[in-house]
Amino acid sequence: MAASEGATESNLRHAFGNVLSFFILLLIGVLAFSIRLFSVIKYESVIHEFDPYFNYRVTQFLTKNGIYDFWNWFDDRTWYPLGRVIGGTVYPGLTLTAGTLWWILNSLNIPLSVETVCVFTAPTFSAIAAWATYLLTKEVKGTGAGLTAAALLAMVPSYISRSVAGSYDNEAVAIFALIFTFYLYIKTLNTGSLLYATLNAIAYFYMVCSWGGYTFIINLIPMHVLLCIVTGRYSSRLYIAYAPLVVLGTLLASLVPVVGFNAVMTSEHFASFLVFIVIHVVALAYYIKGILSPKMFKVAVTLVLAVGLVVCSAVIAVLIAMVASSPTKGWSGRSLSLLDPTYASKYIPIIASVSEHQPPTWPSYFMDINVLAFLVPAGIIACFLPLSDASSFMVLYIVTSVYFSGVMVRLMLVLAPAACIMSGIALSEAFDVFTRSIKCQLPGVSQNSQIDVGDSTSGSVVTQDEVVKTDKTEDSLKERPSKKNKKKERERERENVEKASIKTPIQKRLLVLPLESSVIALLLLVLLGAFYVVHCVWAAAEAYSAPSIVLTSRSHDGLHVFDDFREAYAWLSHNTEVDDKVASWWDYGYQTTAMANRTVIVDNNTWNNTHIATVGTAMSSPEKAAWEIFQSLDVKYVLVVFGGVVGYPSDDINKFLWMVRIGGGVFPHIKEPDYLRDGQYRIDSQATPTMLNCLMYKLSYYRFVETDGKGFDRVRGTEIGKKHFKLTHFEE
Amino acid sequence: MFVQPKREKEIKPSQERQQRNTSLQQLGPKNILPLGYKCPRWPIFSPYSFSLKTPRSTLEQSRRDSRVRQTGERRDDDAMEAPQSSLRSALVFSFIAIAYLSLLVRSATLSSPELQILNAERRIDLTSHIIRVYLTLKVENTGAAPASEIFLAFPPAQVDHLAIVKAAATFGKKKKKSYLPLDVNPTDLPDAPNGAKCFSISLVSPLKTGESVTLEVLYILSHSLEPFPIEISQSESQLVYYHDSAIILSPYHIKHQTTFIKTSSPKVESFTRVEPSDRVGTELKYGPYEDRHSYSFSPIIVHFENNNPFAVVEELVREVEISHWGSLQVTERYKLVHAGARHKGVFSRLEYQHRPQFSGVSSFKHLLATLPPKVHSVYYRDEIGNISSSHLRTNSKKSELEIEPRYPLFGGWKATFVIGYGLPLQDFLFESPDGRRYLNFSFGCPLAETVVDKLTIKVVLPEGSKNPSAVVPFAVDQRIETSFSYLDVVGRTVVVLEKENVVPEHNSPFQVYYNFNPIFMVAEPLMLASVFFFFFIACVTYLHMDISIRK
Repeated sequence: MAASEGATESNLRHAFGNVLSFFILLLIGVLAFSIRLFSVIKYESVIHEFDPYFNYRVTQFLTKNGIYDFWNWFDDRTWYPLGRVIGGTVYPGLTLTAGTLWWILNSLNIPLSVETVCVFTAPTFSAIAAWATYLLTKEVKGTGAGLTAAALLAMVPSYISRSVAGSYDNEAVAIFALIFTFYLYIKTLNTGSLLYATLNAIAYFYMVCSWGGYTFIINLIPMHVLLCIVTGRYSSRLYIAYAPLVVLGTLLASLVPVVGFNAVMTSEHFASFLVFIVIHVVALAYYIKGILSPKMFKVAVTLVLAVGLVVCSAVIAVLIAMVASSPTKGWSGRSLSLLDPTYASKYIPIIASVSEHQPPTWPSYFMDINVLAFLVPAGIIACFLPLSDASSFMVLYIVTSVYFSGVMVRLMLVLAPAACIMSGIALSEAFDVFTRSIKCQLPGVSQNSQIDVGDSTSGSVVTQDEVVKTDKTEDSLKERPSKKNKKKERERERENVEKASIKTPIQKRLLVLPLESSVIALLLLVLLGAFYVVHCVWAAAEAYSAPSIVLTSRSHDGLHVFDDFREAYAWLSHNTEVDDKVASWWDYGYQTTAMANRTVIVDNNTWNNTHIATVGTAMSSPEKAAWEIFQSLDVKYVLVVFGGVVGYPSDDINKFLWMVRIGGGVFPHIKEPDYLRDGQYRIDSQATPTMLNCLMYKLSYYRFVETDGKGFDRVRGTEIGKKHFKLTHFEE
Repeated sequence: MFVQPKREKEIKPSQERQQRNTSLQQLGPKNILPLGYKCPRWPIFSPYSFSLKTPRSTLEQSRRDSRVRQTGERRDDDAMEAPQSSLRSALVFSFIAIAYLSLLVRSATLSSPELQILNAERRIDLTSHIIRVYLTLKVENTGAAPASEIFLAFPPAQVDHLAIVKAAATFGKKKKKSYLPLDVNPTDLPDAPNGAKCFSISLVSPLKTGESVTLEVLYILSHSLEPFPIEISQSESQLVYYHDSAIILSPYHIKHQTTFIKTSSPKVESFTRVEPSDRVGTELKYGPYEDRHSYSFSPIIVHFENNNPFAVVEELVREVEISHWGSLQVTERYKLVHAGARHKGVFSRLEYQHRPQFSGVSSFKHLLATLPPKVHSVYYRDEIGNISSSHLRTNSKKSELEIEPRYPLFGGWKATFVIGYGLPLQDFLFESPDGRRYLNFSFGCPLAETVVDKLTIKVVLPEGSKNPSAVVPFAVDQRIETSFSYLDVVGRTVVVLEKENVVPEHNSPFQVYYNFNPIFMVAEPLMLASVFFFFFIACVTYLHMDISIRK
């Protein structure tokens, strides 16, 4: 009788808990969405930065011309005179997502513009990513940890920096795809269901569509599989989780034009195939082991090992020879710079010139993940007790992503979800321990309610582990998966009841802490959380919401808005011929094509180094030579960004050294030392004559001295070297 | 086909001015055609219409104009020079036409009531790029039959740019003057020469023999100031030509007439002299001239400085969306262009900002839009985002929105932008006695002193409204469209009104009447509510159903 009472009570509690967690998730979604709206409120609903403008333009094309034209789109507005095949060189996931959203909304007669949809795609997907985090962490460590991790992810600054409203970039949807793929992988690993394995492949496909970072998945999952095999955790669930992913995933990935045969040809994918072979060998071995008697098995092992080693070494030798014959060893430049952090700065200045490809500094870790950095180790420890397949995967994930984020600032984004999950686990475990010990020691609380508390947080975790264990036993018994599911559910119900009454009291007594210390610790944890929230809101509001296309400055008489970028683009779009070519440094290429709708020479898709070097050379050449280069490119307008008057630091003069370096990489007559005086970059009277005579200098400082009479550059903090000069070949 | 030798002579360049001033009728051939002969419509090129828009003629004209600027005293004769010897062949045709026309004037005057204008005063206001002409006519009926219509004539070059013609009859003396607006309609007078177009003013009561009436006429011309030189640099100021006739073109005999032309600045480069003519400051005076025959014409050119913003909206689409939930949403899409002298050479921001009085004087930085009072949620943006340079001033009478385009507009430069705002519905939507609702809204462009080449007003009625009809005080093109907005099922009726060449004087209210059943107001909320209801029902059903195959 008591048992049945307990059962109904726990059912009720479960229903209540489900509703509660549903509402918490809903609120987390709202939080994730709204914290990213600072940019819209403070500035306006506009696309940010550079790359998003390209994505926006592609989306516009997609919504206007349809999907088939999109695949065949040859864009003649960029890379003049080469042009660019957009359909085959772009990751279409983001544009297709936004295009589909727009289409759905419009077919419901909700007339939102493409721009609005694009602006709000990133916040929407970050809310979804928070939910995906909940699912993933729930698979690893239970509901409590899941909710905490989702809340942390909803406002982690690193992710906010890439997904504020208007930051319409691949990462916005890719992080969701990444987490969701991992979730489905873990889910498959925990359940062994083929349905989830298929879904996993589809999620992987979406990730491949969205971001080049998909190689992270296709390397991390094989690593985990290998880890499981090595540590003797092989199971048929692992096989189901991995084999369909590789087969289906690779097939689907090669459907994406930008990936195509790269999915089987390049070294980034090599690890997955190797592990694919290994897992089959292991599966075979386990199968044979099941058939044969232990003695016979030993014989077979020695036999197979002997033959297998020979074959393997031969195959590996051939592979190594093939890979080594190609100059980059089959790796793309960006991946190589990941493996060897010094690679890019040595060989490819164009990758090194992008600020987000630089290694991060320690403050940027604190800025981007804040207190999570301290919680991560605790989370790792929590993952080890007890270590399951899922938690070992999380450990692997955090370790690799910490390495990658150490190489490139940009990959901090991959670290952020892992850090959130780890911290979520750590926080919820800590809360769990403290609250339980408080509850235990509080006088006047009946035994019954103590059980409730234990069940609501830790109970589910324990249940989870138990489920995993039961699964394993079931596997060894070789039951059919469909039956297993049913049985598992029933078992879970039963276990919930049992555990509530039997297991938790034992555990509780083990983990009891003194009342005072646990109360203080709880307060400290809450304080820590509060710090995190304050920091995140500050980062979202102040640091990451500036759209970079509109600049503001505060002065004594209020807020000043510098809208010069758009002024220039609007002028170009309305008052120049449709076919005019505009030359600028590649940073502004995307914006010029998107906002001014004019043909540019180079843009942010830096696929042709020589072409960029040509523009770099022109900018760093004397006027006449530059004029000839531009003439040969049919250039009619040269766009130069100069911030010396208002104090805008990221203008072309500050980027100029990269132009020299990239130009010099292809055209040897441009030498970097010519532009430096004693190894220093200066523009004042001490500057070298080459510097003072180059086109960039002249265009930037043309008639600059007339503004204040002295020619004082507020960015560089110096007076310029050469003041009165005339442009002979260019008109302002 | 009558080609008069005398006419041939007239188009020779070295022609005397005196001869030109003579009325066309006088010069007409004396051949008489049978009465009732219908005048064929010729492709007429008048020798006097200087704004012939063939490239050749503009070229010649500019050559001639440059000579006008060089020579001081001789300029009158030069300016009077018949323009195009090259167009001679066309002119031959035109004179044939004139021959017929002048003939028909005679025949026509026989049948229609004999009117004459006792006194005519014309004031031409050239201060902005919209030319306003105030004409005061004192008309007397000298014929036998009572006259119910009075005709105004315009040369073909002006007709194309004529935006609006208003007329009013005045009664009483100076102190107690009262105006009675009269209907003005374009008509085809069969006897009008050289493609001159006529407008008829319908009098309220026919003018009896011997009686006289005073009429006040206002007509507005757009695009009639022609910049010369065509291109100017940043530091130059803008000079324009104005072409007209010193003598009022009229189908009637005018006994006494004077013309005053007010220019925007005292800097007048040159003007055609038709004695007696005079200039004092910003005012030019032509006349008084006595006893001019009908259809007399004497071309004049005024070349003067005009640095007013030549703001022309090439296309304006105003969308007025009515929501019966209490708001009126207006969206206006502008395609603005500076229609003055084209900008030449470089643009130096430095000079523009440091010496605003010398640099870029003909350019304009901001425009003023007058919006209705109680305006709210105003936005000003273009396709790449918000334009941060605007100011809104509101008071109880009106709201003023000062907008700056992203860059100062120089001659020939273009800009596009969108202005949108919300208005309280109760100020604009009323119920007529017969139970219909009507919207009372202002036609025209809210920007001050701009010409709109093509204005489209779209009144989006709420979903479910029926029988729309628009009442506009002047002729517009109307049609009905359907648009779909938030969660519409059947779509909203859109009344589209189109008009070309709109000037600020068109800012008069118009009405759109329609039937509306208030039940449609709750249709969409109900729809949403039911969708959610069914969604939850579906969820509940799903949760309570066991759909697994295996038990």
